[in-house]
Amino acid sequence: MKKYNNLVKNSLGRLVPTEVNGNPAIPYQGVGKYKPSGRKYAPPISSCSDYPDDGNKLVKDLKEALIKSGLKDGMTISTHHHFRNGDLISNQIFDIAHELGIKDLRWFPSASFPCQEPIIEHLKNGTINRIEGSMNGALGKFASEGNMKGLGVLRSHGGRYQAVQDGDVHIDIAVIAAPSADAFGNANGVNGSAACGLLGFALADSQYADRVIVVTDNLVPFPCIPWQIHGNYVDYTVLVEKIGIPEKIISGTTRITKSPDRLLIAEMTAKFCDEVGIVKDGFSYQAGAGGTSLSIGIYFAEMLKERGLKARFIRAGSNKYPVQMLEDGLVDYILDGQTFDLEGIRSMRENPNHINTNPFTSYNYHGKGNFSTMVDVVVLGATEVDINFNANVVTHSDGYLLHGIGGWQNCLFSKCTILPIPLFRDRIPVIKDEVTTICGPGELIDVIVTERGIAINPLRTDLLEKVKNSNLPIKTIEELKTEAEKICGVPDKPNLSDEIIAVIKWVDGTVIDSVRKVEKS
Amino acid sequence: MKQKISTSGNKGLGIRSDCFITIELTDKPGISIALNSKVNALYGNPIKELVKEIFNFFDIKNSKITIEDSGALPYIIAARIEAAIKQLFETKKEFLPEFISNNKYHTNRERNRISRLYLPGNTPRLMINAGVHKPDGIILDLEDSVAVNKKAEARLLVRNTLRQLDFYGAERMVRINQIPIGLEDLDYIIPHNVNLILIPKCENAKQINLVNEKISELNKDKKTKNPIWLMPIIESAKGVINAYEIASASDNVVAIAIGLEDYTADIGTKRTNEGTESFFARSQVVNAARAAGVQAIDSVFSDVGDMDALKENVKKSKALGFDGMGCIHPRQIRVIHENFAPDEIEIEKAKKIVIAFDEATEKGLGVVSLGTKMIDPPVVKRAQNTIELAISMNKLSKDWKTK
Repeated sequence: MKKYNNLVKNSLGRLVPTEVNGNPAIPYQGVGKYKPSGRKYAPPISSCSDYPDDGNKLVKDLKEALIKSGLKDGMTISTHHHFRNGDLISNQIFDIAHELGIKDLRWFPSASFPCQEPIIEHLKNGTINRIEGSMNGALGKFASEGNMKGLGVLRSHGGRYQAVQDGDVHIDIAVIAAPSADAFGNANGVNGSAACGLLGFALADSQYADRVIVVTDNLVPFPCIPWQIHGNYVDYTVLVEKIGIPEKIISGTTRITKSPDRLLIAEMTAKFCDEVGIVKDGFSYQAGAGGTSLSIGIYFAEMLKERGLKARFIRAGSNKYPVQMLEDGLVDYILDGQTFDLEGIRSMRENPNHINTNPFTSYNYHGKGNFSTMVDVVVLGATEVDINFNANVVTHSDGYLLHGIGGWQNCLFSKCTILPIPLFRDRIPVIKDEVTTICGPGELIDVIVTERGIAINPLRTDLLEKVKNSNLPIKTIEELKTEAEKICGVPDKPNLSDEIIAVIKWVDGTVIDSVRKVEKS
Repeated sequence: MKQKISTSGNKGLGIRSDCFITIELTDKPGISIALNSKVNALYGNPIKELVKEIFNFFDIKNSKITIEDSGALPYIIAARIEAAIKQLFETKKEFLPEFISNNKYHTNRERNRISRLYLPGNTPRLMINAGVHKPDGIILDLEDSVAVNKKAEARLLVRNTLRQLDFYGAERMVRINQIPIGLEDLDYIIPHNVNLILIPKCENAKQINLVNEKISELNKDKKTKNPIWLMPIIESAKGVINAYEIASASDNVVAIAIGLEDYTADIGTKRTNEGTESFFARSQVVNAARAAGVQAIDSVFSDVGDMDALKENVKKSKALGFDGMGCIHPRQIRVIHENFAPDEIEIEKAKKIVIAFDEATEKGLGVVSLGTKMIDPPVVKRAQNTIELAISMNKLSKDWKTK
């Protein structure tokens, strides 16, 4: 099987394969252009007669669960990343597979983290054929240098749900590590020593995989409440000593950035939102847990408090700051996709207005709408932006895979998408003529805020009109690019091969760009 | 030849936007460049070209250079290489990067000097974005923040920074070493359009005169001369006693500042947040400044994490009569500006006085009065200053009289 075949140019002019790992792939056609027909994928029908009446699905260990699930060559194994860098289960799955002599698995995580570096051994020894999910750090380097046998596929959180729902990705075995579970398989993320808040990233896996294994280190008698994952989807449960390292799953306390440059960018972003009338009673925003976006949330909170206003909801990555706002009555709801600190988890457990969401409700593009379009403003990161506002979030300017897409692509659909980014990082300008990898089309990216000026997408004539008389430093994106190059010098192009090592999927499952192999210098 | 191997710059954990250079003179001819750069994929070639250009300029034909680069801008790399070369050779030649046109401005004696941001003179990372935080002045420090063994390379870095870094309109300041040692620093800054020189640990007028003599000497062949202002820093008991002599030593002294860490040590006590121990000295400096017609600038506040304490400190400082304050972190700038700025009550009062003055002038009256109260000329002057300050800080519209 060839890794990829039949390259064509998609509607953004990017060369993408129409065959990926032996399966057909559809080139990106534009926002909202590709509409699949047919019916959703469905997992096989089960019968209660095959499951114990007493609800006890416990098996001896993970190995037995994998064997009973029918683990064999070429299967797709999925995991979630709610444990971030504290995950202890993913590596074990592939150690077991290797021990059993299994080959050519597809690992389908919702994201990978540095703690999964040992996976490289299994990519080398043939246990794993490829990763379809984010690849960072050592995994990113390994893949970028062309060492992965199969072609990598990167999807957004919403795109991952879409791929599973539509049957683009058939999961053979889902392994769901759960901070709390009962023997029937009901599970949640709010209790237990590995508490991570919620398990939304594993929802599609539980619903659509052929076999579902729940692994916990905190087994409670039925019922495990709240049941964020329903035991009715689960085949086997496993009790282990430890599923994760708490201090690497969540931070004890979240601190805002001390970097004066980031704070300045955050302040400018908040001012911009205020100037164009976004900050008002009943507004909504999405705030990440990164230094800059966290600070933007704090500026929003100050404005709301000062003026006696209240936001309707915050779409989060939650931590103590939005929680504080919820408890201070500055916002009605937190719609939480992943929880980052102890305060976030406490609030998720105690506060009925702190809502557990998942990629289906928030991001899935093949649904009857999703709430990403209803958010008034989102602030997102990017490694590069081009003069047409196309942005890159997965590769570094030297071509190496660096980040996953996360919910980034999905969030672009908000009413106003802002990228607060430094004009250059360690001499590397962020604004290019052409980004290394397109992850999001420029038509969805409205504003770039840098410490040296704000550029508004010319398509947003409404925003341009609103800032006409403000004293914000509004510049064109070309002006910002020139300013950076004056300081840093004009960068060379990275040394990339024609060979493709991964593809980037758009939210509708089409291929928006290819990631090329980095030639080692 | 002094030695065979030399190094300059910084590397290691937490070092960014800098580089570490090792040059070794070799016996066989040819230049070999070993480059290990964080930005190699995008700037590897331009860096190597720069090395060749500099080696060619200094006529070095046989050596091995190693560059460990954490994303340094070209003028920083150039300063580091020059510093390493100058340990190997005696040479008067200077490899000067282009002087960017944005930096050609000069400043006025009366301009606001409410905030001035200190930047360690050998730490490029902190300099690059300093201007975007909009302090009134940016100080490249060649004194206390630079280790003695790094002083030579810091001078070259400061020189190149004055030429290449966009200061975005902030007053371009350098703090030199105490006089007489600091006189040598002037060679590296006077030809590069420094706007203001801070003279630390100043104790008498003679030190000011020495600085001015050296400036004249360095500028003697120059056709157009931008003004170079001086801000002596008073940091000792003797300096406090001589504050007026210092403030009035020369026409180009525009401000005197107080440095409280050294001063409190000199009088044998500790600096406290309340500042009781320095009350006399601060008042004396304000008094001397006013008597000499220059600005009075307060010491830095060193707890960068505590903005509330800074705010209190600024309010006290303003109440004592100071015009501005140093800062050591960009986040302090806004707090300093906001709290030195005239408040609404002060602005309203000043507006009334200025209007009354205008009316009196129009009517040809020699005496200004507000209601039944007579207004003395200094009060009018102060009100005018308040209005100007309020306008410059966007707290009052320029055309407030007509609006």
